[in-house]
Amino acid sequence: MEKLKYDKKTGRLLFTKQMRKDYTILFPMMAPIHFEILGKVFKKLGYNCELLETNGPEIAQTGLKYVHNDTCYPAILSIGQLINAVQSGRYDVNKVALMITQTGGGCRASNYIHLLRKGLKKAGLEQIPVISLNLSGMEKNPGFKLTIGMIRRAVAGVIYGDSLMCLRNQCHPYEINDGDTDRLVKKWQDYIVGMLNQSKGYKLKEIKENLIKIADDFHSLEVDRSEKKVKVGVVGEIYVKYAALGNNNLEKFLEEENCEVNLPGILGFVLFKIDNRLEDIKLYGGSKIKRKVCQILMDYCLKVEDALVTSISRYDEFVAPSRYYHTKSLVDGVIGYGTKMGEGWLLTAEMLELVESGYHNIVCTQPFGCLPNHIAGKGMIRKIVETNPKANIVAVDYDAGAPKVNQENRIKLMLSIARENLEKEKVNI
Amino acid sequence: MELRVGLDIGSTTIKCVVIDENNEIIYSSYERHLSKISEKIAEVLKVLKKDVLNGIENVKISLSGSAGMGIAESCGFPFVQEVYATRIAAKLFNPETDAIIELGGEDAKILFLNNGVEVRMNGSCAGGTGAFIDQMASLLNVSIEEMNELAKSHEKIYTIASRCGVFAKTDIQPLLNQGGRKSDISASIFYAVVNQTIAGLAQGREISGNVLYLGGPLTFISELRAAFDDVLKTNGTCPKNSLYYVSLGAALASDKLINLDTLLEKVSNYSHLGNFAFRPPLFNNEEEYLAFKKRHDQAQVAIYPFEKLQGPAYLGIDAGSTTLKCVVMDEKKNIYYTKYMSNSGNPVPLVKDLLQEIYELKPDIQIKASAVTGYGEDIIKNAFKVDFGIVETIAHFMAAKKFMPEVEFVIDIGGQDIKCFKIHNGTIDNIFLNEACSSGCGSFLQTFASALGYDIASFSKLGLFAKRPVNLGSRCTVFMNSAVKQAQKDGASIEDISAGLSLSVVKNALYKVIRASSPEELGKKVVVQGGTFLNDAVLRAFELEMGIEVVRPNISGLMGAYGAALYAQLMCENNKESTLISAEELEQFTHKIQVTNCGLCENHCRLTINVFNDGRRFIGGNRCERPITKKVVDNELNIYSYKLNLLQSYRDDTKGKRGEIGIPLGLNMFELLPFWTVLFNSLDIKVIYSPLSSRKLYLYGQTTIPSDTVCFPAKLMHGHIRELIRMGVKKIFYPCMSYNIDEKKGDNHYNCPVVAYYSEVINNNIKDLKKENIDFIKPYLGIHRHKDFASKFYENMKPHFPDLELKEVQEAVKNAYKAYDDYLSKIRIKGDEIILRAREKGKQILVLAGRPYHLDPEINHGIDKMLSSFDVTIISEDVVSNKVKSKINVHVLNQWTYHSRLYYAASYITNQKDMNLIQLVSFGCGVDAITTDEVRDILEKANKIYTQIKIDEITNLGAVKIRIRSLLSALERKENQNGKIKIR
Repeated sequence: MEKLKYDKKTGRLLFTKQMRKDYTILFPMMAPIHFEILGKVFKKLGYNCELLETNGPEIAQTGLKYVHNDTCYPAILSIGQLINAVQSGRYDVNKVALMITQTGGGCRASNYIHLLRKGLKKAGLEQIPVISLNLSGMEKNPGFKLTIGMIRRAVAGVIYGDSLMCLRNQCHPYEINDGDTDRLVKKWQDYIVGMLNQSKGYKLKEIKENLIKIADDFHSLEVDRSEKKVKVGVVGEIYVKYAALGNNNLEKFLEEENCEVNLPGILGFVLFKIDNRLEDIKLYGGSKIKRKVCQILMDYCLKVEDALVTSISRYDEFVAPSRYYHTKSLVDGVIGYGTKMGEGWLLTAEMLELVESGYHNIVCTQPFGCLPNHIAGKGMIRKIVETNPKANIVAVDYDAGAPKVNQENRIKLMLSIARENLEKEKVNI
Repeated sequence: MELRVGLDIGSTTIKCVVIDENNEIIYSSYERHLSKISEKIAEVLKVLKKDVLNGIENVKISLSGSAGMGIAESCGFPFVQEVYATRIAAKLFNPETDAIIELGGEDAKILFLNNGVEVRMNGSCAGGTGAFIDQMASLLNVSIEEMNELAKSHEKIYTIASRCGVFAKTDIQPLLNQGGRKSDISASIFYAVVNQTIAGLAQGREISGNVLYLGGPLTFISELRAAFDDVLKTNGTCPKNSLYYVSLGAALASDKLINLDTLLEKVSNYSHLGNFAFRPPLFNNEEEYLAFKKRHDQAQVAIYPFEKLQGPAYLGIDAGSTTLKCVVMDEKKNIYYTKYMSNSGNPVPLVKDLLQEIYELKPDIQIKASAVTGYGEDIIKNAFKVDFGIVETIAHFMAAKKFMPEVEFVIDIGGQDIKCFKIHNGTIDNIFLNEACSSGCGSFLQTFASALGYDIASFSKLGLFAKRPVNLGSRCTVFMNSAVKQAQKDGASIEDISAGLSLSVVKNALYKVIRASSPEELGKKVVVQGGTFLNDAVLRAFELEMGIEVVRPNISGLMGAYGAALYAQLMCENNKESTLISAEELEQFTHKIQVTNCGLCENHCRLTINVFNDGRRFIGGNRCERPITKKVVDNELNIYSYKLNLLQSYRDDTKGKRGEIGIPLGLNMFELLPFWTVLFNSLDIKVIYSPLSSRKLYLYGQTTIPSDTVCFPAKLMHGHIRELIRMGVKKIFYPCMSYNIDEKKGDNHYNCPVVAYYSEVINNNIKDLKKENIDFIKPYLGIHRHKDFASKFYENMKPHFPDLELKEVQEAVKNAYKAYDDYLSKIRIKGDEIILRAREKGKQILVLAGRPYHLDPEINHGIDKMLSSFDVTIISEDVVSNKVKSKINVHVLNQWTYHSRLYYAASYITNQKDMNLIQLVSFGCGVDAITTDEVRDILEKANKIYTQIKIDEITNLGAVKIRIRSLLSALERKENQNGKIKIR
């Protein structure tokens, strides 16, 4: 074990430069396509990162054991996954560190890192340092610094991930040769990692070129689109939206029900979080310098987004993601832009975006008792359905105690109506 | 003739219909399946083949129902989702229907068929279904039919929490214990179901027009239909075949011919997937079990035949929530008489019979002293003139000490509650009672056993040698029901489920109630008791989970009563006679009940007045002592009542030249009331507040609540807004506020997401706003930025009050901030005064810590008044939170203004000897999952007792009282180690 050093002011255990050399950094799974890329990129940058791909009921059990049971499910799962890994015997508990994201918003999610530390303490693993991954300059560690290079690679990783996820979901249900789509995803993941690790592929120009190549490649997959499938969009609290562990394999379930699934990408969430700072200044006043910095970051991400939208909209078969500002405009008059905690107004906007792009059937996922979703999810569904009679939305709660059978039953009900609507559509054509 | 078959596998029953080409039913069946689903389907199919389908080989058949999903998948049954099936049937048979309400065994559904089809099913947190009514009926000890009959003659409707069965139980039990009428309670239960259905499912959509009632409960219970009719102001119909709509829909949807024999074969051979999470067996073999038995048989107290009793005797009664227990012991603490019986609601006649039996069996008995404990303590003590009443926790501790003098931890799992406490230096140091949402205890096992067709004893025995006990997790009853369903679907055997449920009870206690993570935390010396631990499977599960060996007394189920007897012996004075009712008096004993509403304050408690034959009266249901003593409680030492009065004093007396504006009095608007009042008044705008919350106001807004799991204070906002509209207000001001005032106490100063943005929910879910053309003003305002606030407020309000001038707004804002500061300092000054006076009188000071809106009597349910009646002083968190001048270090992200006051208040009292803290927590408050642990940490590090009270719609304070009394007696012990309650 390296010497343990603590932050003088807060007494927080630090991740030191020495630790960086020989510690394994574990981080919990969320969106597989994206996270696999990011994990490998961080590794190349000198952090011995390992993405946890574990699953199974013991993860939730470990979480429940070390985290307050009324805390939201994503905390129970991601902390459960981390502690479960540490206790598995696969790692030297004196040479391991944990990494977890921290958004800094007004929702409980900003507290995950503290709950993780409390859990470690309870488990007698206080010597394990925890690294906060955030863009707000919250907790700092001598052994871990987000550099501009890292941020740019991360943004690139996110955008490539969004592209792969978006295209995969639109090809997989129609592929003629089983497994073609996923093989293509894998091929591109490897390619992207290789590229980023050679310090290539994260400049805007390269991103543009690569995204076009990716779209071309997916477009040339052998598919049969003659059978119309039920199109289902998935929105929700970010963790249960993407993580199979959190949503009981929702994507797979929907695929097995013969649906085409659409999960709006992660870049939108990143843009939303940056934009919040601008909105804050607009609504309540604030520093001009801060605004400037955010605007620069915002503009950069928007350019990257443009590359993505352009690359995919070249083909009529594909539905390209909506542009951030367009999505944002959809909630005008529905919910205010000041609703920024958790997924905030973006969650409502994504539902409207999906409806607009032809995904009328929506699963709105949330952890049981998710505070922001009382507002932006369940609280807005009535309004959305009122103004979009075609919208067919089901809200599903996820929780360690909520059994899969009930969730699937509710989703099946939504799908029954979706199929009925699809039949009607066919008749009308 | 072409026939179509539909099967509906519900949570408790299996329904089958066969229809002909005219959609006429030619055959139907309705049976309970007792969770033996594949067997039952095979049975039904065989009957069909033999009696109905005579000779047809291929038939159009579909299956529906939540419990049939798995089997449909693996046997190749076409499957129709059950709500969808209902809709198909209703469209055909009742095309004029606007809405359908369907209640099943464990599901509740509403379908809207007009203006855009919408379907609602109960989510993961819901009771109010058939299973719930069954549970309530068994609690009342009547059949469903009797319950329906009883309800017909009701006079009063009690408020029963309608969220989930466990909550409702906590409401009903005390009503029963206090002698509430079964007819009134029966009807109240039906109304609770109605409220639950509407609140949980309507989610802002009005149920009107032609309503159809479907499903078992609504078919069989006419009074339930009447309750729906009454609340919905409609006249719904329960159609012919109302039980069979799902199966009818399934039959109608059948379009594929299926070979019946193949299907039957598949169903008969339906091999379970065996794919469920499981835990190691409780016992690997018989020897292990025998060794275990032997070890536990050592924890004995001697029990002798009653006739051998000589000399003075002591009587202990434990009138628990579901059982009544009694012990008679002699001077040497040996037991001569025990009684353990189920409490069918009203304990008074039971105790009467019991005493009669004692006097008959042992006419020469010399009862020296008697004591009673448990839920029914008050009424039994009064009815039978029992010498002493004692809090349950103390009673259990006394008994536990008898078996293990140096006991460190006692856990008691009874019928409905889990009680645990730590013992430190001979004092009860930390008490855990189960919150109303996690009572996976004895009564749950009981209900489950009978649902599966077993009695409790044989059911739990099944689990002892189960090979793969199902891992069911640690959740509340309602969730557990569905988890079991899932496990069955995955092929778990009855044995595995039985063992799994025993493990769950234990996990609930450990991880939800005690929140322990290791046995070391609880100590090595553990005594387990309560009826549930008589169950070897539960006991074993507990030892396995904890990894230690514990002591289970042979009188495990009688410990409360034994403790009471021990207490009676301890407390009795030598030359004094027992006051207990004599054999002669007992013969004359009668008991009558009247129900009335107390009118002495705004709580309007429903009182049950018990009148006994000698004219004595006992009043139950009261929250304070006023109806009994007629004395006004000394509110001088209760800051809650001061704060409430202070807020009322901000009465608006402006003329309002610029018009008027309405503000809902809830959530953050509570504390900001002085701010907004002064701000608007300075601008010549009259402010109209909605009244203080009431049950009526809540119900008024209930149908517009979109999320049934949001906290109660937020739900109340719907009533407030609707009330403002009703009052004729045309402009309503309810801003969104991400940020609160920055008190410089933490890392940030947010509001919680619900407080911050609830007006967005209001805006999109209360239709009246649009219908009545209300100008609903919900700007995003940043009250934390003093400098920018005036101009931002001006910008936002200008469109609504066009003649506003920035300058006057700036002035008004200045006044408003000042008013806010004045308000807080008034509270602090008053608080200091109260502290001073309490100290002069040597009284305990309790910090009743929550959020500013916990001031609302409908939210705190008069807990402050109840505390006052125990002669303690009450202050609130904001009185002391400012006394800590330096920034404190907490182990969480301290980013919410209201919540950081909790940390500061807790931190302040750590070195105030005479102060203790009780934290009020709203059910469903996600943020409090974080604060409660931290506040507990702060207090426990300083050796203070942490007490938490979860509040919801729930209106009965029985459980709260136990907690408070335990706390107070623990404090008393702490204060004076050789104090009044000597525990030897």
